[in-house]
Amino acid sequence: MEEFAALIDRLVYTGSRNAKLALIADYLRSTPDPDRGWALAALTDGLDFSAVKSGTIRTMMKDRVDPILWTLSRDFVGDTAECASLLWPEPLGHRDAAPGVAEAVSLLFDMKRTTVQAELPRLMDRLDSSGRYALLKMATGAMRIGVSARLGKVAFAQAFNVSVDDVEEYWHGLTPPYAELFAWAEGGEAPDTENMPLFRPFMLAHPLEETVVDMADYAAEWKWDGIRVQLVHAGIGVEAETRVYSRSGDDISATFPEMVEALSIPAVLDGELLVRGTHQGGEANERTQGGAASFNALQQRLGRKTVSKKMLSESPAFVRLYDALMIEGEDLRGLPWTERRARLEAFLPRLPADRFDISNIIAAGDFESLAEIRESTRDDAIEGLMLKRRDSPYVAGRRTGLWYKWKRDPLLIDCVLMYAQRGSGKRSSFFSDYTFGCWDGDPDEGAELLPVGKAYSGFTDAELKQIDRHVRQNTVNRFGPVRETEKILVFEVAFDSVHESKRHKSGLAMRFPRIHRIRWDKPAHEADRINTLKGLIRD
Amino acid sequence: MSPPFSWIRPDPHGIHVGPADCWIDPSKAVDKALVTHGHADHARGGHGQTVATPETLAIMKLRYNTADGATPVGYGETIRLPGGVDATYIPAGHVLGSAQILLEHAGEKVIVTGDYKRRADPTCPPFVVTPCDILITEATFGLPVFEHPPIADEMAKLLSALQSNPDRCVLVGAYALGKAQRVIAELRAAGHKDIIYLHGAMEKMCRLYEDFGIDLGPLALVADQVKDDMRGSIVICPPSALNDRWSRRLLDPITAMASGWMMVRQRARQRNVELPLVISDHADWNELTRTIEEVNPQETWITHGREEALLRWCQLTQRRARALSMVGYEDEDD
Repeated sequence: MEEFAALIDRLVYTGSRNAKLALIADYLRSTPDPDRGWALAALTDGLDFSAVKSGTIRTMMKDRVDPILWTLSRDFVGDTAECASLLWPEPLGHRDAAPGVAEAVSLLFDMKRTTVQAELPRLMDRLDSSGRYALLKMATGAMRIGVSARLGKVAFAQAFNVSVDDVEEYWHGLTPPYAELFAWAEGGEAPDTENMPLFRPFMLAHPLEETVVDMADYAAEWKWDGIRVQLVHAGIGVEAETRVYSRSGDDISATFPEMVEALSIPAVLDGELLVRGTHQGGEANERTQGGAASFNALQQRLGRKTVSKKMLSESPAFVRLYDALMIEGEDLRGLPWTERRARLEAFLPRLPADRFDISNIIAAGDFESLAEIRESTRDDAIEGLMLKRRDSPYVAGRRTGLWYKWKRDPLLIDCVLMYAQRGSGKRSSFFSDYTFGCWDGDPDEGAELLPVGKAYSGFTDAELKQIDRHVRQNTVNRFGPVRETEKILVFEVAFDSVHESKRHKSGLAMRFPRIHRIRWDKPAHEADRINTLKGLIRD
Repeated sequence: MSPPFSWIRPDPHGIHVGPADCWIDPSKAVDKALVTHGHADHARGGHGQTVATPETLAIMKLRYNTADGATPVGYGETIRLPGGVDATYIPAGHVLGSAQILLEHAGEKVIVTGDYKRRADPTCPPFVVTPCDILITEATFGLPVFEHPPIADEMAKLLSALQSNPDRCVLVGAYALGKAQRVIAELRAAGHKDIIYLHGAMEKMCRLYEDFGIDLGPLALVADQVKDDMRGSIVICPPSALNDRWSRRLLDPITAMASGWMMVRQRARQRNVELPLVISDHADWNELTRTIEEVNPQETWITHGREEALLRWCQLTQRRARALSMVGYEDEDD
């Protein structure tokens, strides 16, 4: 546990992704099984101990620390696990040897709600402050140390010099402590994952930018504004299982139970998950009762571990299929896109019509007419176009020349810089995160700026230095890491869409805002008003 | 006869001593000020007369360019103020020149600690426990989560980071008055003999410490070096420069910070600190409570910091206490 605790502490204090990867990779190489496998599961949020929750820690601490002192401390530290690790009374006299990760995990698994208040303290007594922190973080299943599941897998691949695609492919078929995965990575046999509902890495697209393609070689379809998902059904009889994976390979089956029920034929399908809503938008499809709601409606359903009946009936999900990787045991990934598309079209009638449709191919004779179609589309469920080379196999990741995404032109609005915050990593000394606002009326008649969004990108390094200097020279107020600036600099902000939002004072939330141009020339009072932005809402 | 202790009155701008018409650590300009130590939240310019230790007066002259009415009082010395008030300056162990002020009037004793700590510090004499009726204490780290580790542990962390990264430098953010010099002196005590490089804002204060007989070993300014010369070295700067443009002149530095706040992981993360060093010039929770126990006053007044928690402790241990709402006292960087 000491090495794991040291790793956690170092990860907490490390900003750079590469440095994090190196730390995790070192740990995985130098730690024996099964400790490293449990540690990897903890880092990638793969552990859940039913008897240990945040409330368990609070109860445990209130027996040991005055409740008022506990509450004051907890509020200051801002993290229950950390606060408890600091306040834990050191045991008097001899301390029993610290447990290994595997031993700690096994003890945590064995704890019941009725026994946890006796057993968890015994484990705490065997650890020092860092160890207690790591233990409680692991036990409550929320590390929040800036390590995503993906980062853990990339670190694993880096540690043993194997392909991260292979790691992804095997990962979901295996369970902690991943002994088969380590054995394979260190030169052993590949895990036996047949009949397991595995995630296969997605094929991704490059931005089209200045490229012009020949429509004889490429097919075009809409890029829907939902979430890209992979549906997998595998296994035989009672072992059969359906899973829904997000783009990053996270299992989101629990969030979309209706999709889990909807697929019962062995297959691996690639598509866009959308919801139907009261605001119908998007291309009505002959198979479906209507179109898709905007991303805003879908957002209400994301990130939930359980879904209410009300949500299921008000915002039911469906998948608009793009591609088929496998159908009934046959791996189609090596086939050209046209062939896979034909197989998918033939397969579609076997799927429930209320849960599946297919992303239509756009009929465009040449590139110019495609560009016209793209220009004329302002549908909110559409993010842009996809161009797929007709002979492209389905390969993991981005390969030049096979698939392109051609997003529709962004919406633009002129905003005024209000606050700036220092960035992290290589931008840590620069003010690189900007909050900007629009006027809530006529600025010449005393209107005020209301924040409408935040952006961190879209400018060059040279522009960053200029804005950084502007912020330093025009600071009017400091709030911790945040600087309030004179309201004099106008940004032309590009964004994909804007929605109503109760979370923001302006009542608006922009999707994917970025700095398009810096308007050093434009006076702030000529920036746009909130009403202009409201006029761009389409859902 | 006036009620007990009516001669001393806490005010948001400082503690007022009625019969002498003087203030302790006032945050506004007054005719007569008694100053505990040189940090900006306790010492400021513009007073008609300033009574402080010679070290504190020298610091104030350097930092705030103020020397009008400077009245030095050495440790252990008593100065007679108007109205029958005696003020005695007693070591507080916080920074060079820092003092507790013992006020005596009509047989009643009140101590204003200023900021203090109970750990050994090679740059100033240790805190002296002095009995009194009312103890007016700080509570900057007044939460039980604060238990500052032994400084030797933190020095070992710093030196080991330096050793395992011979191609980088370790940039230590440290408060320019007190913390920086203490870190340097502790590094020397731990056997580190190499040149330590300084941010320009540190130089004069280090010289001042040396003038008062504190040996800081070989020092040089970052501004006078080329990047490569500082590989494998320790560089010290004010915390505000850690993430500032200034640090871009260093070669891939390991960012460290010496502060009691580094005890809390998120505080370190907010400052992008890779190597947190829990080094504080303030009393931690155990030192605060131990000091109240040892001084054992009739009443404890708490000037600034996490006063609610220390009040709660006093309540739990059946001690009379009150929080004074003082403005402007807080070392965010300590």
